[in-house]
Amino acid sequence: MSSNQWEIGPIFRALMRNKVGAILIAIQIAVTMTIVVNSIFIILERATKIERESGIDEINSFYLTTTGFGSNFDPKSTATNDLELIRSTAGVLDAIQINAIPVSGGGWSMSFQTEPGEEKETEGAAIYMVDEHGINALDLEVIAGENFAAGDVRWRPAGVRDWPDNVIITKVLAESLFPDIGYQDVVGKTIYIQQNEPMIVKGIVDKIQAPWVGWDDLEHTVLTPEITEFESNRYYIRAQPGQRDAIMPIIEEALASSNKQRIIRGMRTVQETRERSYRADTAMIKILSTTMIILTIVTGLGIVGLASFSVNRRKKQIGTRRALGASQQAIVRYFMLENFLISTVGVLLGAVLTVGLNMLLVNIFSLNALDWYFVPAGMLVLWLVGQIAVFGPAKKAANIPPALATRTV
Amino acid sequence: MFTYYLRLAFKSIKRNPILSALMITAIGLGIGASMTTVTVNYLMSANPIPHKSEQLFYVQLDSWSQFEPAREPNEPPDQITWTEATNLMQAKQAFRQTAMASTGGVIEPTGQDDKPFMASIRLAFSDFFPMFDAPFLFGNGWSENNDTNRDYVVVISKATNERVFGGENSVGRTIRIVGENFRVVGVLDDWVLVPRFYDVTTGAFDETEEVFMPFYMKQELELSNGGNTNCWKSPEGEGFIAFLQSECVNYQMWVELRDQNEKDQYMDFLNNYVNEQKALGRFARPLNNRLSNVMEWMEIEEVVADDAQIMMWVSFMFLLVCLLNTIGLLLAKFTGKASEIGLRRAVGASKTDLFIQHLVETACIGVAGGILGLGLAFLGLEGIKSLYGEFVQNLVGLDFTMMASAILLALVSSILAGMYPTWRACNIAPASQLKSQ
Repeated sequence: MSSNQWEIGPIFRALMRNKVGAILIAIQIAVTMTIVVNSIFIILERATKIERESGIDEINSFYLTTTGFGSNFDPKSTATNDLELIRSTAGVLDAIQINAIPVSGGGWSMSFQTEPGEEKETEGAAIYMVDEHGINALDLEVIAGENFAAGDVRWRPAGVRDWPDNVIITKVLAESLFPDIGYQDVVGKTIYIQQNEPMIVKGIVDKIQAPWVGWDDLEHTVLTPEITEFESNRYYIRAQPGQRDAIMPIIEEALASSNKQRIIRGMRTVQETRERSYRADTAMIKILSTTMIILTIVTGLGIVGLASFSVNRRKKQIGTRRALGASQQAIVRYFMLENFLISTVGVLLGAVLTVGLNMLLVNIFSLNALDWYFVPAGMLVLWLVGQIAVFGPAKKAANIPPALATRTV
Repeated sequence: MFTYYLRLAFKSIKRNPILSALMITAIGLGIGASMTTVTVNYLMSANPIPHKSEQLFYVQLDSWSQFEPAREPNEPPDQITWTEATNLMQAKQAFRQTAMASTGGVIEPTGQDDKPFMASIRLAFSDFFPMFDAPFLFGNGWSENNDTNRDYVVVISKATNERVFGGENSVGRTIRIVGENFRVVGVLDDWVLVPRFYDVTTGAFDETEEVFMPFYMKQELELSNGGNTNCWKSPEGEGFIAFLQSECVNYQMWVELRDQNEKDQYMDFLNNYVNEQKALGRFARPLNNRLSNVMEWMEIEEVVADDAQIMMWVSFMFLLVCLLNTIGLLLAKFTGKASEIGLRRAVGASKTDLFIQHLVETACIGVAGGILGLGLAFLGLEGIKSLYGEFVQNLVGLDFTMMASAILLALVSSILAGMYPTWRACNIAPASQLKSQ
């Protein structure tokens, strides 16, 4: 097929007679592509971030904080009685006292090392203080070694700085600490906390996230066997499937009335906590998606508007061409091709701008660099948008009757 | 003449209703998106204490480990230790100074039916109130003597006063907090700080606290640590005192220095202080002390969220596309009016007349777009509120300046957009157009 048949030459020469309009469309397409591609990239990154699993039974769990006050408050008996009360409530699968909640944003971290002493390589890890019910309440799986026994669990008064003898760690942390051996073999190894204090790895669990969703080492987590004797403590409760909402008020009421020397506050489901922790990401996704869609529509309508105008202006010429034997198809093709040429300039410029904006985002906001295939994909999308937008006006142009050429306006 | 042009403009706009609507919508969308994001950024980066932000300085001392900086590349920690907080306060080398910490505790109202509740507490020194212009409804802040004598006095927020004392003047009355009796010396009025600059370590847009209490109560009552506690070295020994004396940072320090001279002197004092501590075997890192004024500190702590900035730049590009769109459409529209323009020129209208006439038309579209944009900005801010929840409450208000600038931006950008099409339209040779008629 020769270029003659496609009429590239005449289209190009006609375009050059009305450069500004074409350039405007091309720039619009370029900027739209820049925004769309970068937005989609950011959206996908955020979506992947949100989809990471915390490793716990989020749907059925909730937690609350109890804060004691007054001189008669006894943290030890309170914790013992509370746990007994919660665990015996109908609808509760299991419950624990815990110092921090996964994905909540607040927690406690320490450094661990495989050799004692200063200036050794360390790995940071989040600490969850739990008793022997921890594995069941959090819905974890011990994949090597074993769970804490009741005898391992100690009371931890406020201000104490030493640690229990045993620890359970995640598979990911085991592999970070001992990169040369399989995680199964980490059971029984000694790791050091606070540089010199040994702890023996009693078990390895499959997965539980640290509380800080923005942290790089999100699965660096340890469980220590302790119940805290602080004034403020948290209870984490895993309900029987489907029972969560029903037992929340029951537990709150039961705790509040069982001991008047404290207040129950901050009762919240883990699901809600997740939504809160990722709220900024969810919002960013929604805002960018909306912007992107509206922008594409605006650009599309702009193309429709300009194409309609150029059709109207060329009515007479189109009629003449039709009278001279051009088929309807040839007219449609003319406008589609014209738009294709403009779009090509636009998406080429767009490719440069897209990469440029991404580089800026990488430098200023330390975002990740764009994967290369986003650029051709974006070009394709914008080409399509242009073609779809111009199709309507082109169709209208094709319907101009040849007889029009014979009339004077 | 102007009204005549206005009439012509309306006629012209009505003649192509769809095209005009498209242009107005495009400008409206662009302005709406930009104003929404600009508002959020503007409020995030607002100066919360404009008249003295240059005189308030946040103190940073590099007490970190000799092996690694607190923050890369070589930044001192963003808080100080208890030891430094108390030493600097005792030295009293600034015009005003306050070390601070945050904590929380249970308030037990005296009424039979009132339930105890948890309150946020800020621990500070007496200078805190005059330094940060805290507004008082009743009473005053406590005195320096109260600080040193470790008196059980508090200043409470308006909301706390409502809750515990039903809103009455409670100065002199007793309030039970963390199991102790405190005397109320002052009640604050509404105090909204955006950002809450005096402590941004836990989030710059938190509310001001419910209770303010003398700093040494931390030690006296062994109050819990609020905010972030960071340690490069574990406390030596057990118990609360060991923790206070450790190298853990959990305290903030502000000083008020009235001029450059005072600032230089205070910096000298800090350097001398650190050198003395070095002699005692602490502060292993090279001298790296900082005094940052309010806006500098907001910049260092990156108070304006990255996402907000990204959104603002995206929305500016959005506005650009909308304007390009409008230019294209205007161009098309005015070209379509070529014969009309030719006729007017032929019957005597000058180029200037035509230029002004068409600018009036573009300005009309701009104003309409601006008004639509303002409406969309309101919607956009409501949307942001519902997406981000209560913590952006103070970041989504449109004030008069913002509204006026929205309309102005719309007007200016639409006139700029109309400039080239108008110029082109006016350069039509009358003869060429009249011929074909």
